[in-house]
Amino acid sequence: MIKLIGLNKSFGKQKVLDNLNLEIESNKTTVIIGRSGGGKSVLLKHIIGLIKPDSGSVLVDGEDIARMNDRELNDIRRKFGMLFQEAALFDSMDVGENVAFPLKEHSKMTKEEIRKTVAERLAAVGLAGVESKMSSELSGGMRKRVGLARAIALLPEIVLFDEPTSGLDPVMAEAINQLIKETQRNFNLTCVVISHDIESIFKIGDRIAMLYEGKIIEAGTPAEIRATTNPVLRQFLTGSIEGPIKII
Amino acid sequence: MVLGGLEKLGRLVLYSLEEAGKIMMLFLSAVAWAVRPPWRFHLIIKQMEFVGVKSIFVVVLTGTFTGMVMTLQLFHGFRLFSAESLVGSTVALAMTRELGPVLSSLMVTARAGSAMAAELGTMRVTEQIDALYVMATNPVKYLIVPRVIASIIMMPILTVVADFVGVVGSYFVGVSILGINAGTFMKNINKLVVLDDIFNGLIKAAVFGLILSLIGCYKGFNTRGGAEGVGRATTEAVVLASITILVSDYFLTALMF
Ligand SMILES: Nc1ncnc2c1ncn2[C@@H]1O[C@H](COP(=O)(O)OP(=O)(O)OP(=O)(O)O)[C@@H](O)[C@H]1O
Ligand SMILES: [Mg+2]
Repeated sequence: MIKLIGLNKSFGKQKVLDNLNLEIESNKTTVIIGRSGGGKSVLLKHIIGLIKPDSGSVLVDGEDIARMNDRELNDIRRKFGMLFQEAALFDSMDVGENVAFPLKEHSKMTKEEIRKTVAERLAAVGLAGVESKMSSELSGGMRKRVGLARAIALLPEIVLFDEPTSGLDPVMAEAINQLIKETQRNFNLTCVVISHDIESIFKIGDRIAMLYEGKIIEAGTPAEIRATTNPVLRQFLTGSIEGPIKII
Repeated sequence: MVLGGLEKLGRLVLYSLEEAGKIMMLFLSAVAWAVRPPWRFHLIIKQMEFVGVKSIFVVVLTGTFTGMVMTLQLFHGFRLFSAESLVGSTVALAMTRELGPVLSSLMVTARAGSAMAAELGTMRVTEQIDALYVMATNPVKYLIVPRVIASIIMMPILTVVADFVGVVGSYFVGVSILGINAGTFMKNINKLVVLDDIFNGLIKAAVFGLILSLIGCYKGFNTRGGAEGVGRATTEAVVLASITILVSDYFLTALMF
């Protein structure tokens, strides 16, 4: 269980998180939706301690990440995997080395086992056999999928996905949704997914939370969210221009 | 006017102190991570190749020509009081004590220190450093420790090379071109250059290796703001490291000799 309690975060004068509270249940997929530039990526980085809140706590299995030193953070991050919005692949390494990185660092696998696992993970994201391509030579969608393969390489307990399907064609997007869903189920992972894609959030989310003006304004099961009367959430889901969300 | 100037000066001093403090913090953190296993020797070897092996060419070139031009200059001066035979030993002393370590460090700063800042800076702005954190691999340990250790090991070795080719260059110009007696040229080097001179020069080189790698990594690691930020970090790394090397050279010399 991950609990975010009273999180505040500002960059200069800009308040991005404003007394935010959210509970993320274990062994489920929680989807976070919200406006572009609304602070979703910032929120995700708080969960893994890349950004420290100005105030508030981030409890992961009861331990407060916001109060940890470098060494403690380093240890607790072994539980985590993360896909960055821009993939953040190591551009000095090829694709195979990127996916193998967490395996080499933190597993006791032999070289052969690592090679096999890397091949499996890449095949799962539809990129079988691209191990030796340099990561700087990939297309945007390919980078994202390699990042995804790297994030789940070790099958960590908790995986954070920052827009896993953005920039993919509809067929590939659906395949990635399935992959996240299956991996989550088969290995009983806790997944946090940021997504703009209304269709996929109902497919993969066990719970959905909406971030708006620095707060979680509503969280619930897909059925609850579909039946919501909250005008902001309704406008967001229908993608209408009319409503409380100001365009500029 | 005066107040504005004072204020600017004050701010500059504060900023410098703050930077120095942060670099010290990074150094302490690097030491702490360096002693904590696992040790990644292959990363150190890779950096030793980059910092050391690939710098040999520029260091040889710099060392040789410095030895040669010094010989040329000294010869004309020393001839006035018939001390030509001391040219070789003077060049050798200058090379081992000062020019070998300082010039090779400045060349390596320009070559490798700048590259460290650029590489780490790019990794910072493309979130690759965050990715390392996320994969429970501390980037200070993974990126900075190998670069610093490799530089501390390789700078003295490069300095030995620079010292050697400097004297060879001096011998070539002094003996072959200017006609100094080969026997006295060598005899005076043997008599006047003691092991301590070479050894102290190597200690300096190790310190300079620490300085250039630490500052290169610090500037890269703390890069902000895209491609422009990477460019700025690289320039600042070279300027700050070069100045720090020259200033600390004075104090090391004052302590040693
Ligand atoms: N390191 C930072 N320094 C300063 N401001 C930042 C930083 N990171 C994010 N911000 C600001 O915080 C706000 C939220 O950014 P964030 O990346 O979380 O948005 P997002 O919800 O992920 O948007 P998108 O859906 O477009 O990815 C933005 O206005 C951004 O400019
Ligand atoms: Mg984002």
